[in-house]
Amino acid sequence: MSPDKLVRMANQIATFFHSQPGQDQAERVAGHLKDFWGPEMREELKVYAQKGHDKDLDVLVRRALPMI
Amino acid sequence: MKDFIIPWDDDRDLGTPAKTGAPVTLSVDGVEVTVPAGTSVMRAAALAGIGVPKLCATDSLEAFGSCRLCVVEIEGRRGTPASCTTPVAPGMVVRTQSEKVKKIRRGVMELYISDHPLDCLTCAANGDCELQDMAGAVGLRDVRYEAPENAALANHVTPRNTSGEANPLWQAKDESNPYFTYDPSKCIVCNRCVRACEEVQGTFALTIEGRGFDSRVKAGGPLDDFLSSDCVSCGACVQACPTATLQEKSVIELGTPERSVITTCAYCGVGCSFKAELNGDELVRMVPHKHGEANRGHSCVKGRFAWGYASHPDRILHPMIRDSIDEPWREVSWEEAIGFAAARLRGLQEKHGRKSIGVITSSRCTNEETFLVQKLARGVFLNNNTDTCARVCHSPTGYGLGQAFGTSAGTQNFDSVEQSDVVLVIGANPTDGHPVFGSRLKKRLRQGAKLIVIDPRRIDLVKTPHVEAAHHLALRPGTNVAVVTAMAHVIVTEGLYDEAFIRERCDWDEFQEYAAFVSDPRHAPEAVEALTGVPAEELRATARTFATGGNGAIYYGLGVTEHSQGSTTVMGIANLAMLTGNIGREGVGVNPLRGQNNVQGSCDMGSFPHELPGYRHVKNADVRAIFEQAWGVEIDPEPGLRINNMLDAATSGQFKGLYCQGEDILQSDPDTRHVAAGLAAMECVIVHDLFLNETANYAHVFLPGSTFLEKDGTFTNAERRINRVRRVMAPRNGYADWEITQLLANAMGAGWSYAHPSEIMAEIAATTPGFANVNYEMLEERGSVQWPCNDDTPDGSPIMHVDGFVRGKGRFMITEYVATEERTGPRFPLLLTTGRILSQYNVGAQTRRTENTVWHQEDVLEIHPHDAETRGITEGDWVKLASRSGETSLRATLTDRVSPGVVYTTFHHPGTQANVITTDFSDWATNCPEYKVTAVQVSPSNGPTAWQEDYEDRARRARRVLPAAE
Ligand code: SF4
Ligand code: SF4
Ligand code: SF4
Ligand code: FES
Repeated sequence: MSPDKLVRMANQIATFFHSQPGQDQAERVAGHLKDFWGPEMREELKVYAQKGHDKDLDVLVRRALPMI
Repeated sequence: MKDFIIPWDDDRDLGTPAKTGAPVTLSVDGVEVTVPAGTSVMRAAALAGIGVPKLCATDSLEAFGSCRLCVVEIEGRRGTPASCTTPVAPGMVVRTQSEKVKKIRRGVMELYISDHPLDCLTCAANGDCELQDMAGAVGLRDVRYEAPENAALANHVTPRNTSGEANPLWQAKDESNPYFTYDPSKCIVCNRCVRACEEVQGTFALTIEGRGFDSRVKAGGPLDDFLSSDCVSCGACVQACPTATLQEKSVIELGTPERSVITTCAYCGVGCSFKAELNGDELVRMVPHKHGEANRGHSCVKGRFAWGYASHPDRILHPMIRDSIDEPWREVSWEEAIGFAAARLRGLQEKHGRKSIGVITSSRCTNEETFLVQKLARGVFLNNNTDTCARVCHSPTGYGLGQAFGTSAGTQNFDSVEQSDVVLVIGANPTDGHPVFGSRLKKRLRQGAKLIVIDPRRIDLVKTPHVEAAHHLALRPGTNVAVVTAMAHVIVTEGLYDEAFIRERCDWDEFQEYAAFVSDPRHAPEAVEALTGVPAEELRATARTFATGGNGAIYYGLGVTEHSQGSTTVMGIANLAMLTGNIGREGVGVNPLRGQNNVQGSCDMGSFPHELPGYRHVKNADVRAIFEQAWGVEIDPEPGLRINNMLDAATSGQFKGLYCQGEDILQSDPDTRHVAAGLAAMECVIVHDLFLNETANYAHVFLPGSTFLEKDGTFTNAERRINRVRRVMAPRNGYADWEITQLLANAMGAGWSYAHPSEIMAEIAATTPGFANVNYEMLEERGSVQWPCNDDTPDGSPIMHVDGFVRGKGRFMITEYVATEERTGPRFPLLLTTGRILSQYNVGAQTRRTENTVWHQEDVLEIHPHDAETRGITEGDWVKLASRSGETSLRATLTDRVSPGVVYTTFHHPGTQANVITTDFSDWATNCPEYKVTAVQVSPSNGPTAWQEDYEDRARRARRVLPAAE
């Protein structure tokens, strides 16, 4: 998948959970990614982040990455 | 007293509709009978087994009392009252036969027959005519009316009198409607058709023109025929007509049917029950089944009439294969096609891994077929690469309602609308998309329920005969969340919420957080007005109407889900229902109107890559264990690929093979070029469908499918109702679809041995708690059942969340508005939104192959006159519609149904390629594509674009079939 799309989709999820109350938003982003994204897509996202692009990613996505 | 239990397939006409009053006992011809107060004497007699002759009465319509054939004598009453309009009274003694009433009846019949052609033997209704039956029943033996001396007998029957002059009373047959004819010479002016059009369909297309002897039925205004009138061809009038005046053309051509089979419409999510009426295995007509609980004897033009596609010459009946997509197709045997497909798929898995292939299940196929297709992925391919076109329509419903209530289905049955006081329709167009529900809704609105419409476009419901929306919020496409949250703001800040309900049924702490969130002034109608385009005062009034108007029901459609915030809007809708205490009883609820006939079922059956049948996530080991035990395989605990991921993975070379049943993803999925590129990159695309659809242009194997008339199974409609589909004729392609999937699975080593879909249902019931008590014997007995149906709810569940939410406490979710990234700007200043129309269905593969095309030959672009004027566009012009993704051309029509800044089109025709323009933005939670908002520009053009012509050309080449080898 194109990195743009991957990033956009991940950030869209983070945007939703930003608005949710509580302290566990990063966990919930991780939960959503694990529930709905296949392992290949999660891997692609991690690889993308590791390549030093993680500033494109929402802070919640960055915090969720180690959990997925 | 007699036992009045009526088996569900008894469809005698009892003359007048059922009533629900307290029991009243009376005697009819010496038989004692107890009926609800308000019942007519005619119906009471019928229930006692005594038929009173009648012509103007039928039990789908309120009594009218015009023919006077149904007169009876009642002890202690003077005269001979009409039994259809006389309500029962306690202790009443009725006599249906006496010299007096017999004489009256014969006199009435004589009058009718004197102005009726006596061509019974050659009449299309011969044997199926109530006038004929009644003439027999009253013992009519001669007609004594004679022409006055020196003049012809005035009649409507003969075109010319004996001296050859034209008879001014005679009118020619109206054959303008493609499916039925109107022959005024046979009309007895019983008014049944007019009332059916008003009471049942709610279109008010018919009137009685003229008075007394001169009166005749008229469709539309003075210059109209049926086709040009407002008639929507639902056929209710044809069904109600007691004579051959309104008659199906298929009956005229083929004769009256001699047997019937009850089955379910395969078009939309209403799931109407029909009697398929046949001669041998030739279908003569479809008549909506009176005891069908979804439709209660009504239907729309698609289900009743648009079944001709089943025998259309375009239908493919033999399997075909080809090595590459630039070769022509080769017709081969089933064995060869299945062997070819199986070998390719297995080969791909060996070379590129277990996860390199997948399936797409269909929302048009049966539950049993869908179950098998996902089982093929999980149990034979050993991956979770299964998805369904429901992804592109209602996946946000699954997610949103699952979060709020704990289950992802509509909460009501369709009957529930009869108890609603305020109906909120948001992002749905029931009269076009779910016509029979639309008619039932309109009926309730005519009785006084209030209507609120939230839609960028002025849908028909906003103003239609005898119905007018109390509020229409014509919001800017893409601002649903802002509007719904602003409604909640008004309800909370004005203290209109149902505190008792919330305390009892929902999580109070979550409610507090939610209340604080929506109360923030930035969610006030005044604050969002500039964004949504909805006047604040109007929005406030709407919220008040909904919160304080009594039973409030919400119905929504794809205008809610197909957005980047689709799931959030669904949650917002659930919030509104909980806030106002509108959940868990009749007349209220949250009701997604599903698009295709079995969207609900395909979701229930585990078509999504992350969940097994019954909405249970694949990560749950206990759920996997159930299927692992049943199937003897190990189930992958990780979610598989969704349609768009499959296509992406194909483009990047990891995904190679697809089995696509009954879906045309190339036409129905967004961003056509992206889909085409993905398909083109695969090495084995298997299309299993009735026609060489657009996706088949990229296929290597074509497996011809069977129609709903040719197989057994079940569909689950939008109210969770499991309806039987019954085989009425042998599959013309040789196999039912479930058999074809089984052949493919077995060729890959599965060893399945289903002999009948009932065995597949048994497996579904054994593995899926909500279906535990569902089986074919039960469906045979009861007709249909709404899931969950198990030991807790053995009779099924017409209404959900009655005593508590499935998840325990209802959950309020924070719904922050986030603007879609799809924004208008100088290059693309208009917003395109899409929809559908009544006569066509979805990608149109079926309806385009029927006479329904008379109503919709092409997709057109609706544009506001202001926007048109500034662009120099006039009515009927070809225009170019361009977005960031692509461009296409179609004709424009100028209308103020859409607001300035918004344009609208349908996507029923492949030539239009509306999805060339839609982008690949999608819902944040489910990736349901954002069909409903695309920034576009419209400019004059002089015909189809290069892409369209090019596409046509490629499609033609891709569809070549080699002549069969000797
Ligand atoms: S077909 Fe339906 S809409 Fe048309 S006139 Fe008859 S009842 Fe009315
Ligand atoms: S067309 Fe049929 S239903 Fe209508 S008034 Fe004439 S006979 Fe009655
Ligand atoms: S298309 Fe829908 S409303 Fe029309 S007959 Fe079929 S199920 Fe009923
Ligand atoms: S059937 Fe009662 S008046 Fe016609």
